[in-house]
Amino acid sequence: MTHRAETLRPTEDHPLLRVALIAVALAFLGAFLVLPLVTVFHEAFSDGLAAVWAALREADAQSAIGLTLITAAIAVPLNAAFGVAASWAVAKFDFPGKGLLVTLIDLPFSVSPVVSGLIYVLVFGLQGWFGDWLRQHDVKIIFALPGIVLATIFVTFPFVARELIPLMTDQGREEEEAAVSLGASGWSTFRRVTLPNIKWGLLYGVLLCNARAMGEFGAVSVVSGHIRGLTDTMPLHIEALYNDYQYVAAFAVASVLACLALVTLTLKSVLEWRYGDEIAAVHHH
Amino acid sequence: MAALAPARRWRNPSALPGFGLSLGFTLFYLSALVLVPLAALVIRPWEIGWSGFREVLADARVVHALLLSFGASFIAAAINTAFGLLVAWVLVRYRFPGKNVVDAIVDLPFALPTAVAGIALSTLYARNGWIGAPLSEHGITVAYTPLGVVVALTFIGLPFVVRTLQPVLVEMSREAEEAAATLGATRFQTLRRVVFPALLPSLLTGAALAFARAVGEYGSVIFIAGNLPGISEIAPLLIIIKLNENDVAGASAIGVVMLAISFVMLLTLNLLQAWSAARK
Repeated sequence: MTHRAETLRPTEDHPLLRVALIAVALAFLGAFLVLPLVTVFHEAFSDGLAAVWAALREADAQSAIGLTLITAAIAVPLNAAFGVAASWAVAKFDFPGKGLLVTLIDLPFSVSPVVSGLIYVLVFGLQGWFGDWLRQHDVKIIFALPGIVLATIFVTFPFVARELIPLMTDQGREEEEAAVSLGASGWSTFRRVTLPNIKWGLLYGVLLCNARAMGEFGAVSVVSGHIRGLTDTMPLHIEALYNDYQYVAAFAVASVLACLALVTLTLKSVLEWRYGDEIAAVHHH
Repeated sequence: MAALAPARRWRNPSALPGFGLSLGFTLFYLSALVLVPLAALVIRPWEIGWSGFREVLADARVVHALLLSFGASFIAAAINTAFGLLVAWVLVRYRFPGKNVVDAIVDLPFALPTAVAGIALSTLYARNGWIGAPLSEHGITVAYTPLGVVVALTFIGLPFVVRTLQPVLVEMSREAEEAAATLGATRFQTLRRVVFPALLPSLLTGAALAFARAVGEYGSVIFIAGNLPGISEIAPLLIIIKLNENDVAGASAIGVVMLAISFVMLLTLNLLQAWSAARK
């Protein structure tokens, strides 16, 4: 065989094929991912910056932004606390039914967002299990903040737990056992030993949980009742504006959520790149 | 994991505190927020009985919505399988400028709220949109047709196949490929007989994940679909329509079918994972 500088290694593809495949892949990603993203900002700023500012300053938009922030501020810490508790139980102890428990924790990811909202209507709605009781006591859950929070908790339920369970299982129990045998209390063991080990994984889970909590549409749509300025979150406000043909305003609010998505992706990449060893989602998959 | 299990057994499992508290909270939180509400759905259609349940599902509009959700999800998953394989291959095997950015942006459908994706896709594929205009010159209408449903479901399912394949491709040793080449296989034969079979379990897992997500998807679809009953109306939307008509039993009946599909997909995924673990 004649030796040329360009001789291909047997596991390498032909350079022309390589360029062609890269081009097709980038064209696909460009059409399906980049163009929709560019569209959001292009439409939002089509009437200039002032129109975007006006759309965001408007009372209903302000209320939607506030509701989205409140919802995430309740749902994300609750799911984070649950994720830490669940992963402590699963990773640090042996008990029967552990596999089933982990499967059940992941279950909300497989359920349609609309079904996620529907189940709370069936429990707390007017025709639901507690409907009569709630009405007699004048407690509003469906078509009010509690229902929106419940639906959001459901759809973001597994994010922190599924990140922390494999991470803490991998880290084992030796460090905590050493701390406890040296006389540390359970709480200070968790705070001084476990938490520093899982902090980046926890942050990673919280980041993804928050992105979904602020952007959830289907589940919240079922339980919100769509009362403008009262029970519309940002995604629901976008829908209302879009259906009213107020495209610039709709895309203005959408561009805020698109920025949130871009910030989330950036932070996620930084965490994966910087602390990849301490994030289960990276080295497990 | 399996190798560690026997070593752990002799250790005192109660050396660490907090078992009762953490498991108790976990079980309470899981039951109150997930299991009990899901049970409320599962038993709800019983109030209209088997015949009522069947009647809801036999309605032509419901049948069409379920078929559309299934069919469009299947096509979208197939598209994502082909292009996901390509994107994962390109990202793992080749080097090109901007690769890290491309890699990060693959997760966009996970991070971008579905309503935002929905109005963006709808604008993009409308008759006067950047993609819709050139397509309509060729007589192809995407917005407000079943094709629009496929486009939206392709968007939201895109990361699954890529993210499932990537780590497998990274860890796959090239020795088998080299051996095949040394033994005289052409590059195409090597890919077809050596690389592809090794990737198959994760390829199917990624496709199943994309399909499972697509079947229940709502937000990104409803804007581009146009939601014409019997043409471009998806099953999750029909649940909301029935709820708005105060037909709680009807909504629950469709909801139970959707939930059953979720369980079947979950089972399929567990079997696929067991299969790919057994092949390692």
